Amino acid sequence: MSERNVDPMAAALFTYSLRLGDDALILAQRLSEWASRAPEIEEDIALTNIALDLLGQARALLDYAGSVEAAGRGEDDLAYLRTERDFRNVHLVEQENGDFAHTIARQLFFSTYQLFLYEELISSRDEMLAGVAAKGVKEAAYHHDHALQWSVRLGDGTEESRQRMQAAVDRLWPFTAELFDTDEVEAALVSQGIAIDPSTLRPRWDRSIGDVFATATLTTPPTIWTSHGGRRGVHTECFGFLLAEMQYLHRLHPGVSW
Amino acid sequence: MITIGDLGIVRDVVESADGHIEVVMTPTYSGCPATEVIRADVITALHDAGFPDVEVRYQRAPAWTTDWITDNGRRVLAAHGIAPPSASVLSGQGVRVELSVQCPQCRSAQTQLVSRFGATACQAMYRCLSCLEPFDHVKSY
Repeated sequence: MSERNVDPMAAALFTYSLRLGDDALILAQRLSEWASRAPEIEEDIALTNIALDLLGQARALLDYAGSVEAAGRGEDDLAYLRTERDFRNVHLVEQENGDFAHTIARQLFFSTYQLFLYEELISSRDEMLAGVAAKGVKEAAYHHDHALQWSVRLGDGTEESRQRMQAAVDRLWPFTAELFDTDEVEAALVSQGIAIDPSTLRPRWDRSIGDVFATATLTTPPTIWTSHGGRRGVHTECFGFLLAEMQYLHRLHPGVSW
Repeated sequence: MITIGDLGIVRDVVESADGHIEVVMTPTYSGCPATEVIRADVITALHDAGFPDVEVRYQRAPAWTTDWITDNGRRVLAAHGIAPPSASVLSGQGVRVELSVQCPQCRSAQTQLVSRFGATACQAMYRCLSCLEPFDHVKSY
């Protein structure tokens, strides 16, 4: 956020909108990489449909962040002209697609979190955030259902599918803790009834994921290390490559539209 | 064909004393790609009808629901081979249970979900087990 705008509440609201918007944008970009490559055509359509929902949420949130910042940046400027250190998404959503099981594990972890978040955010005193949540909660519920069904089918499936699903869960587990990180940005907005403290979503998330693991005959991995920093703009190695692909066209033809 | 009024996405149309027209609409899904096309078509239609000063505004809350599709809209969808949204209920565990979808061709209730995601964000793919026709279904939402 530019230094001209010194209102601390506006700065917090800008960052909070970016955090939610960037999560949706980057996951949409990852999911769209599945276009034409999914295991079956119905899944191709499913994953890209989910990407489209998330992209719609991202557009609304980034557009809002731009208007809160009041520095003349729109949704395209924020999506295509920021560099790595200016993105505020969690590490989980930027992780590579891996095999189908990895994508499903990432979907399960994120959609469960997003569903619970939006369910609470509907009551935000910020009309715009409440509106995005009211719309997004139905979409997140559908995404969650999709991930849940696949997690059970793969986990409680063949020996091969179970092994792959467990490997995916093990690989992505360290990236889940960051979803519940909270700092002064949320704290400032929670006291105003605008934001949700993500740490309060954790018990419900743990129970829900535990239930899915039990049904899917998967084992909860031990927490050996956890990944943090995305909310402050510190990202994992794969993120720069994602941005390069996502921003290439816009940067090559500045201001182009069709 | 079905109108945007029948789809339940037009919330309000306000004409000011100076002739300015504001159309308030609700997007169906956050990422619905038709949103911009609909906006452009509404502006063009109003220009053609003699209203030069037109603004289209999208409002997200309250969120659009398929309950807002009119009875006529449901009839038109079915007549075009698209099964309209059916009633659904939330079970005690928070799982959405959807009542069976009727085949728009032969009206059989013996239908099967082929894919939960269809050609557009608002549709799922089904097939009829009686007449064997595949069809699209506007998901209850």
